[in-house]
Formats: sequence, structure tokens, C-alpha cells
Amino acid sequence: MTSPIDTAAQKITSVDAIVEGLDGVGYIASHRIATSIFVAQNLTKPILVEGSAGVGKTELALSTANWLGLPLIRMQCYEGLDESKALYEWKYGKQLLYTQILKDKMGDVLTGASGLDEAMDKLHGFSDLFFSEQFLEPRPLLKALRQKHGAVLLIDEIDKSDEEFEAFLLEILSAYQVSIPEIGTITATVPPLVFLTSNNMREMGDALKRRCLHLFIPLPEEKLERRIVAARVPGIADRLTRQLVAFVHMLREQDLKKLPSISETIDWARVLVLMNAEALDTELVRNTLNVLLKHEQDFTAVDKSIPELTNKAKRY
Amino acid sequence: MQQTLTNFLRALRAMEIPVSPLETIDAHRTVDAVGFADRSLLRDSLCVTLAKSEEEVEKFDECFDMFFTREEFRDRREADADTAPGKSETDPALIAESPLAQLLLEGSESDLAQALERAAAATGVANIRYATQRNLFNRRMLDQMGLRQMERMIAALNRSETAAGTAAAQRLEAARQYLFEQAQQYTARQFQLYARFAGEQLRAEFLVKTNLSAVELRDFQRMHRIVRRMARKLATRYNRRRKHTRRGVLDVRRTLRRNMAYDGIPFETVWKQTRIEKPKIVVICDVSQSVAAAARFLLLFLYSLNEVISSLRAFAFSGNLIEISDILEDKSVEAAIPEILEKIGFRPTDYGRALADFDEGYMDSVDRSTTVMILGDGRTNDTDPRIDLMRKLHDRAKSVIWLNPEPETFWGTGDSEMPRYRTFCHVATTCSTVQDLERIIDDVLKTYFRT
Repeated sequence: MTSPIDTAAQKITSVDAIVEGLDGVGYIASHRIATSIFVAQNLTKPILVEGSAGVGKTELALSTANWLGLPLIRMQCYEGLDESKALYEWKYGKQLLYTQILKDKMGDVLTGASGLDEAMDKLHGFSDLFFSEQFLEPRPLLKALRQKHGAVLLIDEIDKSDEEFEAFLLEILSAYQVSIPEIGTITATVPPLVFLTSNNMREMGDALKRRCLHLFIPLPEEKLERRIVAARVPGIADRLTRQLVAFVHMLREQDLKKLPSISETIDWARVLVLMNAEALDTELVRNTLNVLLKHEQDFTAVDKSIPELTNKAKRY
Repeated sequence: MQQTLTNFLRALRAMEIPVSPLETIDAHRTVDAVGFADRSLLRDSLCVTLAKSEEEVEKFDECFDMFFTREEFRDRREADADTAPGKSETDPALIAESPLAQLLLEGSESDLAQALERAAAATGVANIRYATQRNLFNRRMLDQMGLRQMERMIAALNRSETAAGTAAAQRLEAARQYLFEQAQQYTARQFQLYARFAGEQLRAEFLVKTNLSAVELRDFQRMHRIVRRMARKLATRYNRRRKHTRRGVLDVRRTLRRNMAYDGIPFETVWKQTRIEKPKIVVICDVSQSVAAAARFLLLFLYSLNEVISSLRAFAFSGNLIEISDILEDKSVEAAIPEILEKIGFRPTDYGRALADFDEGYMDSVDRSTTVMILGDGRTNDTDPRIDLMRKLHDRAKSVIWLNPEPETFWGTGDSEMPRYRTFCHVATTCSTVQDLERIIDDVLKTYFRT
């Protein structure tokens, strides 16, 4: 009962246990997030995590792996990603090298053969050698399936990949197996816990959605965000946390091109702590605002109202 | 409990959350895993299994709350217990004939709720589709519960002219009224659950086939949703990967060249590829008086198209022509369309001038991979149509598509120069409904991906 997967199953006993466990590794999970992991474990289904950039989608997978003590296998998606980079590839170079080296051995094997047919027959006896697991270069997906004690598989930014690739994922996501024509079907010993993240660059196909649980992570409420900041930025003063979170929440109500998300709040908090700030003031906010806002237009839009927003935030 | 879950899934479907058989199985497995006891756990776990987008999550939450409100229903009854009919004052013998009367006067609150639900199941209230059916279902439900018998009894008691009889009749009358209200609330909720969106669907189906110029302003929001859904559908179908690696087809020439360093032994293989170009689309939209009624929707369509196709340049004109790509990009749909119309719309048309403006400013952006789409009626107000510029456009572009809100029989009548323009279009067709639009855009995108 000491192998990691047993502990994983043991650890995921209830939603509260998940909330607590993730809290332990510095991820403050809402009830719905924890529930999704609970259901995923019980139904053996992947989770499709959606939400705007920086709300902690990737972080969720990292923290879960961390908490469960399982290896994290990460696959970053991009346009043009195909199965040879995601699943497996034959080591062509090695295959060629071996044929070169084995040339002499080939001669030995073939010496006894009287005709071409017989030589071919003899060769056929060895042909499968070159398409065996030794020449297989496992890529993330195959690696995840072959982990003895299970793993956390993170398929990051699935929306950036092509539709064909999405279709190709279906076999893995529903049956936790892959088919390699030359070898056969490889099934996972222990199904990995799969997270797919999406920024909604494009709508995911229905087939994929059907096979996944769906988790939407919204921007957090003030209370939750305060806890997140406190957990992520050690040594931050309570008052400063309240003020900066209030400020960020006011920013989110403005018409901005890119709303600051949790990761930006955390970055900002870190910067403020570095600068030894104990409370917000207009000058400080103006100087550090570029951590929160990533567009020139947003900057100019907010610039005028900084004193007003700061004053409001100071009341917290 | 299984029936409850099945009904809940039906309610979800009625709210336009698609639930497939696979998801039905998942939902049952989820419930097996978490149980019915913890309501918020049940809600969260069903939500992650069934709702598949942000919108659906919202709908799900609403539906869940509405579906599981029976407890609140009971609370309300207890709250106005004093107005509810008093118990055990009536002689049991008087009401012995009617089980419903007994239930109302003597049964517990949850008994009544259960009886209501049983009657609802028997009459199939869940099949309700239209608001007008509410009363019908109400009546059927009450009949099922034995209301007629009770009404006959009330009449009989009234006729009996004894003090006890009239008092009982009054009490029963109050109870009947109360039952009526409860039943009404019940059907109203069922309607909300199962049928609120049926009307919406009906309206949407109707709008798709309505002539653009006949669509009323109050349907604008609804239209926006329809058009956006359509644009997204088209975009996901065609925004596929534009570069195919044809696995298995070796590019011998490039492989040999790359492997010269290895003495010609092909260590690195190069596979053949085919590239498909991104569609470049230029849309020129007429927003003048003559197409005033349809202009709003043509712009709406442009807006939705811009949301899903990244390389779209849009222009609008009535007298002059301006580029509106930025407005479509930056503003919300409610702000963008009025702004464009205010800037340039509803003036007398001058196609010649617009084409000249386009020629001067933007003709360079049109090349062999561009599709030019013109939305307009081709009515030039007897100004110079500048057919020469139209020819130039035709020669430069990959294809020119003219979508005209007027039916083809009107082309060439009055000041319409459509027959002359038409010569220089690859496609010229009538487009008066959303359905037409969808078909045409589909065709346009198809031609890109075939080559």
C-alpha cells in the first residue's frame, strides 16, 4: 500500500480532503474545482479546464501533481502539433545506424540461402526487430500511459492545436490507450489524471467535450483572492492584501482590453512586497501598474482614475 | 431517484444544454459516487459532468435551483398556515366521499405536494410546450386529483342548508382555492423548466427564414445570437489547420539535400507538405438609404464574421467609403453598429464614388488570394457606376461575390446597375435571409479549402 497511486486514491477520498490537500501545496481551490477532481477520479475522466488567461488553470494541474506526489507530464499544444510529437516517433536514425552496423551480420544470416526467395524468407524473420519498442521514442502521451504508478497529464492550451489533433486525442481520453500499427495497442496500467486547458481561442469539438468533465474557473471573489494572495506571497501584510485585492477588483470593472487575472494580482503583490510597501498610495500604484496592465491603451484609460481608485481601495 | 435524475436531464435539454447518452450514463455514475445527500456537492459534481461551457454553467445553475425547489415550496405552505384551512374542525363523515377533500383538510403538507406530483406525472405536465397550455394542464392535474368530485360535494353541502354543512362547504371552498394556487404555481414552474426555451427556438427558426429587411428591431438581440452561432459554426468548420503534413510521402529531393552531411545516408527525413492559404476576405457593405432596413443586419453579420475570421477587412459606404475594421474590432456590437451607421449610413448611394475611394485607398490590399464580397442592392442613384473599377477589382481578386438583398427580378429596374456589375462578379446572388447568408458564406469558404 505504499505505491504512489494507492496514496493518490487514498488522498482523494472527499471534496474537503482535496481542498485541504491543495491548500497544503499553496493552491486555494474553490469547492467546484475540488469537486471536479473528485468526480474525475471516481469516473476516470479527463477534465477540460477553461477560463481566461492567468486564473490558475495550469497551476491546478501542477499543484495536483505536487500534492499527490505523482510525476507531471506536460504537453504544450501549438498549431501543427501532430502525433509524432505528441505520442511516439520511430527512431529513424537509430534504425538506420543499426542496419549499417548489422550489414555484416546480414551477410552471415543470408549465406546459407540458395535463392532470392529463401533469402527473403530469412530476412522476414528479423524484420519486426526494427519496429519494436526499442526503437520507439515515447512522446508525452505515451509516457503518461506507461507510468507504472499513474501520473498527472497536462495537455496545455488544447485550443491552440488543430482539429485533427483533437480528434486524435479522443482514443486516449476515453479509453486511456493508444494504437500503434506496428506494435498493437498500449493500454495504461494506471489511468493518468488528465487536465486539458483551454483559453477559448476556438470552440472545442463536441466529441471532445463529451468525453471530458468541464470546469470553468472564473475570476475569484475578493475573499478567495485574498486567501490566494496570502498563500502565494509569504510575508505580505494583511492590510496590503486587502487593499490591493480591492484595487484589482475595481480595475476589473473598467472597460479594459485585458483584465488583470490572478497571476497578475500575485505578481503585483510580490512587487509591492519587494518594494517594502505597507499600503497603497497613488505614486506607488502608478509606478507599478505595468505589472497589472499589459496594454498601452488600458494604461491610458486607467491613468486618470488612479487616485480615485487608490483612495477607495485604501478604505479596506 | 432515477426518475428524478431523468427528469432533471430533460429539464436541462429543454434549456438547450445538450445531454448525450454518454453524459446521461456519466450523470448516473456521478450520482452513484456522490449521492443525493449533500446538495451543493451534487450540484457541483453534476455541473462538471454536464455543463460544457461557461454559458451552460450559468444555465445549469439556474436549472438546478429551479428543479430542486420542492423544499422551499413546503416552507411557504407552512408560513401561511394560518390562512390555510383549519384542521379537524370538520366532521369527518361529511367529507368521507372525497379523498381529495380529506387530503386537503387532514393530510400533511408533504402529502399534498406528493399528490400534486403524482397527478402531474399521470397527466404528463412535463410535456408542456407553450404558455397557453398552462391552464389546460392545470385543469387536467386537478381533475386527476379528483377535483370534480370535491366540487360536487361542495355544491351538495351548500344545498344541505345545515350550519355544519355550510361551514364545511366554506372551508372546502377555501381549500379548493388554495389547491388551485398551488397547482398553478406548480405548472408555472414546470413550464419554466421544460418549455421556456421552446418558444425561443420557434422564434429563432422563424427569424432565420425572414427577409432581412422585414426583421424588426426588437429581434435584434435574438438575431445577433443566431448570426453569431452561424458564424462560429462556419468558422470552426473552416478554421482548420492550414498546413498538412502528409505523413508517409517522402520528399526525396529535400531529404537528400539535408542529409548530404551524413554521406547521403538519410538520417533525417523530410516529408512532403501541402499548404492551404488563409482566406483573405474583403467585405464592402452598402449602408445607404435604399438598403436601410437590411443594413443593420448586414453589419451584424459582418460583426459576427469579424469575430471568427481573423483576416477580415471591412468597409462601409453610402456616399463615401470608409474602413470599419477597427470599429468592429474594438467596440461591442451594440456600440459598433450605431456608430458606423451614424458615421456613414443612410445617405444617398454613390457606387461610383465608393469604388473610386476603394481604388484609391485600398486596392493594393486586394490580390490573387482575396475574396471580395459586396453587400448591396446596386442602385446607383443614376450616378456613374464606374464599371471600369469594378472590372479592375474583378481582375485583381481571386473572386468577387455580390450579395443583393433584392430578388433577381428587380435587378436592372429603375436605377439598378446590377446587370452591368454582375458581369464582373464571379458570383452574384440574392441574399435576403440569414439562411441565404449561411449558404453563401459556406460556399465561399469551401472554395478556399478545396484548392
